[in-house]
Amino acid sequence: MSEFIQYTLQGLAAGGFYALSALGLAVIFGVLGVVNFSHGACYMLGAVISAVLLAELHVGFWVALLVVPILMYGFGVLMERLLVRWLLALDPLYNFLLTFGLTLILVEAVKQRYGVSGLPYEIPAGLGGQVTIGSVNLSVYAIFACVFSVVVCVGVGLALTRTRIGMIVRAATEAPERTRALGINVGRWVTPVFGFGIALAGLAGVLAAPTRAITAEMGSNFIIVLFAVVVIGGLGSILGAVVAGFLVGLVEAYGIAYAPTYAQIVIFVLMALVVLVRPSGLFGREEIA
Amino acid sequence: MRSRTVQGSVAIAATASLALAACGGAGGPQSGGSSKLTDDKVVIGLLNDQSGVYKDLSGPNSKTAIELAIEDYKAKYGDKAVANTIEVVTADHQNKADIANSKAQEMYDRQKADIILDVPNSAAALAVATQAKNKKKLYINIGAGTTALTGASCNRYTFHWAYNTAVLARGTAGTITKEGGTSWNIVYPDYAFGQDMNKSFTKEVTGAGGSVGESIASPFPSDNFATFITKAGEGNPKVVGSMHAGGDLINFVKQFNQSPLKGKVQLAVGLMFITDIHSLGVDQFAGTQFTDAWYWNFDEQNKKWADRFKQKTNTRPSFAHAANYSAAMNYLEAVQTAGTDDADKVVGTLEGKKINDVFLRNGEIRKADHAVTHDVYLAKVKSSAPEEWDYEQIVKTIPAAEAYGEANPACSMS
Repeated sequence: MSEFIQYTLQGLAAGGFYALSALGLAVIFGVLGVVNFSHGACYMLGAVISAVLLAELHVGFWVALLVVPILMYGFGVLMERLLVRWLLALDPLYNFLLTFGLTLILVEAVKQRYGVSGLPYEIPAGLGGQVTIGSVNLSVYAIFACVFSVVVCVGVGLALTRTRIGMIVRAATEAPERTRALGINVGRWVTPVFGFGIALAGLAGVLAAPTRAITAEMGSNFIIVLFAVVVIGGLGSILGAVVAGFLVGLVEAYGIAYAPTYAQIVIFVLMALVVLVRPSGLFGREEIA
Repeated sequence: MRSRTVQGSVAIAATASLALAACGGAGGPQSGGSSKLTDDKVVIGLLNDQSGVYKDLSGPNSKTAIELAIEDYKAKYGDKAVANTIEVVTADHQNKADIANSKAQEMYDRQKADIILDVPNSAAALAVATQAKNKKKLYINIGAGTTALTGASCNRYTFHWAYNTAVLARGTAGTITKEGGTSWNIVYPDYAFGQDMNKSFTKEVTGAGGSVGESIASPFPSDNFATFITKAGEGNPKVVGSMHAGGDLINFVKQFNQSPLKGKVQLAVGLMFITDIHSLGVDQFAGTQFTDAWYWNFDEQNKKWADRFKQKTNTRPSFAHAANYSAAMNYLEAVQTAGTDDADKVVGTLEGKKINDVFLRNGEIRKADHAVTHDVYLAKVKSSAPEEWDYEQIVKTIPAAEAYGEANPACSMS
């Protein structure tokens, strides 16, 4: 039984991180209808920037947690203004291809500059070690990452549903014409929302830095799991992304524990089942309304 | 087409020596005489991963290592050098066997390569071995680990210079088990290399009187190892073996260090390169034991060469870089001895040759299977680095005979 609890906790800890990582993807799709394939690359950039900040400017983890999302927000704004914006009116496939191409460029650029074997990063002081209760234990950092992720997800959810800005953003995407008729500049909100989504990807990258390999390719496989999370949760649904994040974390942990060979397949079996039963995902599209 | 030709100062030196030979009209059996070379020159092909996971540990810097060998060869023989014009051509196989295959063909046929060097990645390595056999041209593999190069796929023109998976298993699993690490759990990535490593390690652990409780396959690639590590700790083993490489290895070690196993269970790593330690930071790997084929700061001779390498690349060499130097140098020496670059004659002078150089200690090019046997080292990662790249403490030198064992019976040298 204690083993089962152990696996469950590990699954939940991983799940919180998945939820935060998928959140930006869900926000951008929900608001702009853009399938941002470069989310994994932005996550990688977040981790690489925090490693570079640490190595070259001695900027630690806690500052990076604040600075990196701001930098990535700027990057997101540029990306939207210079590239994504021009394809918004076309088939979503165009932006999908654009962001896919951007991913390749970013990954190769990081490889050229920082090589392929990765960058060092240490666990921030105070977050090392484990918490042990009976025979169950979890690393302090995993608990921190999970709690931090949930707080950010809840914050973003509340901001979108309970604040005036959230209301405008949702109205602007649901019924742009009517929102405009009320005297609100709809276009003004597209850029910040995109930048915000990219900032979330960068934030996930910072959170990953102490516990995962920081390489140019780190986002390339991760993005696949994130797409599974978003599809299971329902494209564009923020609550869906969070619930699905935890679900995927748990299913993965149980898979590893009881059927290690199939650990990675189980996530996609889950995805296939969800899509078969509810093609719009667990929380459909109506959730963002 | 990423291949390119490099001549530079080498060409100038070569032209000068040609001119000398022509003016003097002389030249004993060991000198000049471009007619003894096919196409009037020796072409060394470097085929490796120039953009992916193996870029740092071999990649473009392997070319620098080969150029150092050419420099030394020229300095040693001067105008008596048989190989008076030497070219290096390079190509990126992108870790794909089909690309390696076509690039090797192109090197041998169109670029007139007399030898191909390096070729990390086992699948790519085996594809090139087949080309070498068909084209009857030399091939010295350095970067790949598969024992098939000196086993079922061995042939007259293929040599395996630096290490193989069996050597890693004997060095790491054998030594740790004999030193008291008798109960193991192994986590391995679920593809050809990982399965191969798991088998070799299990065999060596049991052979040395230990036992392997569980062998757990992990998906490849993977970045969340927390639950794998929990499973690997079940049954209280003395040693947890990670057979991962590259990014997977770094993920595994980072998460192992955050688990309760850290400090209680010894972590043994199947395949590790100095570039891995460099990327993760020495403190993360501190105490980890692994088998290294060569270490730059092992003795004065190595250090001197590493200093030369650093001048050109601004980084310290991995064992693959040193092995590329050694292979290129010994190939050129063999051309010198044979007086020609004719592949069969060069193979004749290489086979059975005993070598002591900067890379090979007590080295021998074993005639039976073309494994180049030499002393390897059990290394332990230091707890702090006295200088950048000084990460390893050599715990034990494993003699060539112990590390390589008997010649591979699967090799029929067809």
